[in-house]
Amino acid sequence: MTTRGSLGRDYDAGAVIVQQGEDGDCMYVIQAGQVKVVREENGREVILDVLDSGDFFGEMALFDREPRAASVLAIGQTKVLTIDKKTFLRRIQEDPTLAFRLVEKMSGRIRELNKKLSKGNK
Amino acid sequence: MIIENSKDTNMPELQNGSKVAVIGGGPAGAFFSFFLIDLAKRMDLDVHVDIFEPRDFFKPGPRGCNMCAGIISESLIQTLATEGINLPPKVVQRGIDSYVLYTSTGKTQIKTTIDEKRIASVYRGAGPRDLTKAKWKSFDGHLLELAIGKGARHKKAKVAGVNWRKGRPEIKTNDGESDLYDLAVFAIGVNPANLKMIEELQLKYRPPKTAKSHIREFFLGQDRVNEYLGNNVHIFLLPIPGLEYAAVIPKGDYATMCLIGNGVDGDLVNSFISTLQARRCLPEEVDPKGSCRCSPFINMKAAVGAYSDRIVFIGDCGATRLFKDGIGAAYKTAKAAATTAVFQGISERDWNRTYLPTYRLIENDNKIGRVVFAVNGFIKSRKYVLGGLLRMVNGEQQRPDSPQRMSGVVWDTFTGSAMYRNIFKRTIHPSFLFRFSWNTVREISPIGRNQATKED
Ligand SMILES: Cc1cc2nc3c(=O)[nH]c(=O)nc-3n(C[C@H](O)[C@H](O)[C@H](O)COP(=O)(O)OP(=O)(O)OC[C@H]3O[C@@H](n4cnc5c(N)ncnc54)[C@H](O)[C@@H]3O)c2cc1C
Repeated sequence: MTTRGSLGRDYDAGAVIVQQGEDGDCMYVIQAGQVKVVREENGREVILDVLDSGDFFGEMALFDREPRAASVLAIGQTKVLTIDKKTFLRRIQEDPTLAFRLVEKMSGRIRELNKKLSKGNK
Repeated sequence: MIIENSKDTNMPELQNGSKVAVIGGGPAGAFFSFFLIDLAKRMDLDVHVDIFEPRDFFKPGPRGCNMCAGIISESLIQTLATEGINLPPKVVQRGIDSYVLYTSTGKTQIKTTIDEKRIASVYRGAGPRDLTKAKWKSFDGHLLELAIGKGARHKKAKVAGVNWRKGRPEIKTNDGESDLYDLAVFAIGVNPANLKMIEELQLKYRPPKTAKSHIREFFLGQDRVNEYLGNNVHIFLLPIPGLEYAAVIPKGDYATMCLIGNGVDGDLVNSFISTLQARRCLPEEVDPKGSCRCSPFINMKAAVGAYSDRIVFIGDCGATRLFKDGIGAAYKTAKAAATTAVFQGISERDWNRTYLPTYRLIENDNKIGRVVFAVNGFIKSRKYVLGGLLRMVNGEQQRPDSPQRMSGVVWDTFTGSAMYRNIFKRTIHPSFLFRFSWNTVREISPIGRNQATKED
């Protein structure tokens, strides 16, 4: 995985990339490998999602000032690129269409959550 | 479909079935096509995009190469990742995590503030002329494939001429074909030889001012690239008249040497190669002639009149960033033009309203960039000031938690990661000026000099 030609930072299997409850000021884009999004509730771990290469996570920190809502852990060897909040917000101010993909992904996640909720209510 | 009776010929816009010709499939042309199709789909608009590009980016040597140093900046890597464009390891020759700055009085190393590789070195084509087996993939080829993946058609032909017919641009290729388009996007770079094709259009367009630069490739093999260059870009700020700066960049099996300035010629290249600083970056036995060389033009000042009805110039043939992050500027102008074409229209008024601000931002920032490089030019032949700069950077690098004032300025200037106005603003901050003056005074004082930590 630590090829000379790859970008981002390496994480070993099980390494915590984002810690639930911590403050964050960046989002992440997976360059290689997989991660799991995990929420800890009353000492119980719930896997919310598994993300692949090209997916991003931690984007909520770019828009709100709340602590991280979930933890993100590397499943196997993983490469992740960090996107700085300031770089992102400056670019979005110059080119608002940069937010399209992010909004699209976020609305996809809301859709998924709605589906899960309605299944849970049945 | 050609719209014979568009609702207002003075205010043309793209409609379902509109045909767009993109002339040049380098970064600007590929980005434009990618984003035009993407944004048009979001507006339920079906446009037909033809990219005219005669080069085969998968061929080694100049035939497949758009000739540049091949550094993809930190800010562009992040922006592209947000756009869903990630550079695969096959395209990235090397992930860069530090810059080494060589001056006439010493050198210093600046590492990324976060422990992460966010700068890529790439080959625009398959690689140098003497390449026998391509282990990596062309950057331009990769972008062109992404645009084709979105739905653009690649026409492997050179455009010979463009003229007006029925109020629309007609594209004629070298192989004798011609076709009418609703919009012609020029992404043809800065080579003056390319400009003949637009003569018949009689535009107000005045091409960018250019200067000659120089690129040379040296085969080292991966082990020696690791040993001599590592994951560092090596930057040289030396008092050689006519040379703004030079760089040696690690690639897979090669080192790329790049010289930029207003007076780069054969003599200047030779005098740079014979400096102690340059020789330290390359093994002694390497032939200074290199295995592949070129002297491409570099854009020094933006074109004038970069658009009119149904016509727009993007990337290097329009405006680009002075000396740095030209591919980042190609992305910005391409995206601004695609956004304008989809959401506003393709008339001169539309470009004026939404393309011009991006163009101006780059042009105005270059004015400050000229000041930044003029200051560099002043500093590089002033021993004590240079010493002060190196001392300040070294001090900051030893204390990563302290404010990285000078390191940040040098990093952003040479990586091309920030706008020049942002860099300039930081250099006139009182704390910056105080620390810099203090370090320079310590350089002048014999006691301070003895305590200096700089390496040579
Ligand atoms: C020495 C040097 C070093 C540089 N280093 C860097 C760097 O490290 N990082 C960086 O970001 N930028 C760098 N740049 C700048 C960078 O190369 C340019 O900004 C970038 O290539 C601009 O992209 P473009 O698509 O506008 O033009 P180009 O890359 O020049 O592409 C133009 C394309 O148009 C095609 N074309 C031309 N005429 C015709 C025709 N008649 N018909 C069809 N197709 C045609 C060409 O074949 C070519 O593919 C450097 C430039 C130089 C000169």
